[in-house]
Amino acid sequence: MKLIIAYIQPQRLTQIKEALAKAGICKMSVTNALGCGQQMGYEENYRGVKLSVNLLKKVRLEIAVTEEYLKKTVDIILEAANTGSIGDGKIFVLELAECYRIRTREKGKVAIG
Amino acid sequence: MNLSRFVFSAVLLLSLGAHGVLGAEETTGSGVETAIMAVSETSEPASIQNLAQLVTKAAEAAGTAQDSANWVWILLAAFLVMFMQPGFAMLEAGLTRSKNAGNIMMKNLMDFSIGSIAYFVIGFGIMFGADKLGLFGSDGFLLSAANTAGKEGMWQYAFWMFQVVFAATAATIVSGAMAERTKFVGYLVYSVCITMFVYPVVGHWIWGGGWLSTLETPMVDFAGSTVVHSVGGWLALCGALVLGPRLGKYGPNGESKAILGHNMPLAALGVFILWFAWFGFNAGSTTEASQSIGLISVTTNLAAAAGAIGAMITVWIKEKKPDPSMSLNGVLAGLVAITAGCANVSPGAAIAIGFIAGILVVFSVEFIDQVLHVDDPVGAISVHGVCGAWGTLAVGLFASKEFGGIAGLFNGGGLALLKSQLLGVVTVFVWCMVLGTLLFLAIKYTIGLRVSKEDELRGLDITEHGVESYGGFQIFTTD
Repeated sequence: MKLIIAYIQPQRLTQIKEALAKAGICKMSVTNALGCGQQMGYEENYRGVKLSVNLLKKVRLEIAVTEEYLKKTVDIILEAANTGSIGDGKIFVLELAECYRIRTREKGKVAIG
Repeated sequence: MNLSRFVFSAVLLLSLGAHGVLGAEETTGSGVETAIMAVSETSEPASIQNLAQLVTKAAEAAGTAQDSANWVWILLAAFLVMFMQPGFAMLEAGLTRSKNAGNIMMKNLMDFSIGSIAYFVIGFGIMFGADKLGLFGSDGFLLSAANTAGKEGMWQYAFWMFQVVFAATAATIVSGAMAERTKFVGYLVYSVCITMFVYPVVGHWIWGGGWLSTLETPMVDFAGSTVVHSVGGWLALCGALVLGPRLGKYGPNGESKAILGHNMPLAALGVFILWFAWFGFNAGSTTEASQSIGLISVTTNLAAAAGAIGAMITVWIKEKKPDPSMSLNGVLAGLVAITAGCANVSPGAAIAIGFIAGILVVFSVEFIDQVLHVDDPVGAISVHGVCGAWGTLAVGLFASKEFGGIAGLFNGGGLALLKSQLLGVVTVFVWCMVLGTLLFLAIKYTIGLRVSKEDELRGLDITEHGVESYGGFQIFTTD
C-alpha cells in the first residue's frame, strides 16, 4: 500500500479529478495549501504599496492506493496536472503501513479499495 | 411587500411634490388666470369679490403644498444621508482585516447612536442657537426650539433630523483612519466630543450665522466639504497621528508595507451606498423642495464619476494596474470635492473638480502613507480632509453667477470669494488640528487610546468584544 501526496496548481484540480474518475479512482482527500518552490512568488500592489507574495496558493491531493493502482494513478496526475510551466507541483509517494475503514473495522487492502 | 409599498408611496409623494409644487408659482399663476377668465366670462359684476377670495385661496393652497413638499424632501434627504452610516461601515470593514470587522461595526453603530444623543442635548444648540460673538450658538439645547404648536416649531424637528445625520457623518469619518488599533472606550469618548462640540462650532461659523457666513463675501460651503468632510478628515489625521501606525505597517527602515483589506466587494458596496446617499447629502442641503435639486444632483453625479476615472487613470499610470480600492477612493474624492460647490458650479466645472480630486487623492494617499508615515487604512484623511479642502477652494475658482449667484475667479468674480474660501479652509484646519490633538492626547493619557500589542495582534473582535465576526466561515477554493 502506498500514499500518494500531490501538490498541484489549484486550477488543474477539476481535470485531474475527472481523469482519475474515468480510470475508476474516486477516493481522495483535497485540502488547500500554501507553498513556495521554483515559482518564486509574485508581486501585488495595494494602494500604491508593493507587496511580494512568496507563498502561493496550491491544492494538496492525497490518495491511498494498492500497488496495482500506483502507476496508473501517478501517470494520470502527471498527465493532467502538467501545464509545462514552473509551479506545476510535485508528487510524493510514501509507504503506507496500515489502513482501517472506521465503519466496518476492515483493514489493509480491503479498507483502501 | 411593506417595503415596496413604502418606496411606492415615497415616490408618489415625491412626484406629487415635483408636479404640483415645485412649479407652484407657474401653476398657481395659470390657475388664477383660468379662474379669472372663467369668472369674467360667465358671471355678474358682484363676482369681483369671489375672484379675490379665489386668488387668496389659491395662494394659500400653493403655500401649504410647498410646505408639505419641503417637509417630505428634507426628511427623505435626511434618511438618505443616514444610509451613509452603513456605507462608511462597509467601506471601512472591507479595507481592513477580518479579525477587526466586528469592532468596526460597533464603532460605526455607536458613533451614530451616541452622536445622535450628544447632538440632541448640546450640539444642535451650539450650531444653530442664538449667535454669540460669531463663534457659537447659545440656545436651543435639547431641541427646545421645537414644538408641535405651529409651523416654525414643527419645522425644527425636520431640520434637526436633517442636521443630526450630518453631524454623525463627520463623526464616523474618523473611524476608518483609526481602524484596527483603537481602544473601543476611547473611541466612544471621542464620538461624544466631536458631535457635541468640535463639529457644531465649525457648523455655526459657516451655516449657523457665525463669522465665516457674515464676511463681506461670505464663504460658500453648500453641503459641507469643509463643515462635514474636512472636519472629519482633519480629526482623522489627529487621531492617526496620536495613535501611531498599526503593528507591522512600517519596516525597520521606514518602508511602507501593505496590509490587505479582507473584502473588496464589501468596500465597493460601501462606496456605491455612499454615492447613492450623497444625493440626499447635497441635493437635500437646499433644505427645501426647490427646482435647483436637479442641477445639484447632476453636478454631484458627474463629480463622482470624474473622480473615479481620475483616480483610476492616475493609479494605472503610477502603479501599472487600475487598483480597485484606489478607484473607490476616487469616487469619494469627487463627491467630497463637489459637496461645497454643488449648487454653484456648472456641470462641466463639476467634472473638472471631481477629476482633479481623483488625481489628488492618489498622490495624497501615497504621500501620507509613504512620506509622512501616518497609517490611514482607508484613506479617510486624503478623501475627506485633503479633497474637502480642495473642493472648498474650487468654489472660489469655478463658481458661476448663472448657477448660484456668485462668481469665482474663472468666471470674472475676482479673488474675493477665493480669499473667503481659503480663510475658511485654513481656520477650520487649525481649529480641528488643535482641538483634535488635545482631545486625543487627553484620551490617551486618561482612559487610553490604543489597545495592547497582544490585543492588536489577536484582533479587536475577540479582545474588545469577545466574539468573532466570521465564526465557522472559511473560503475554500477548488478552482
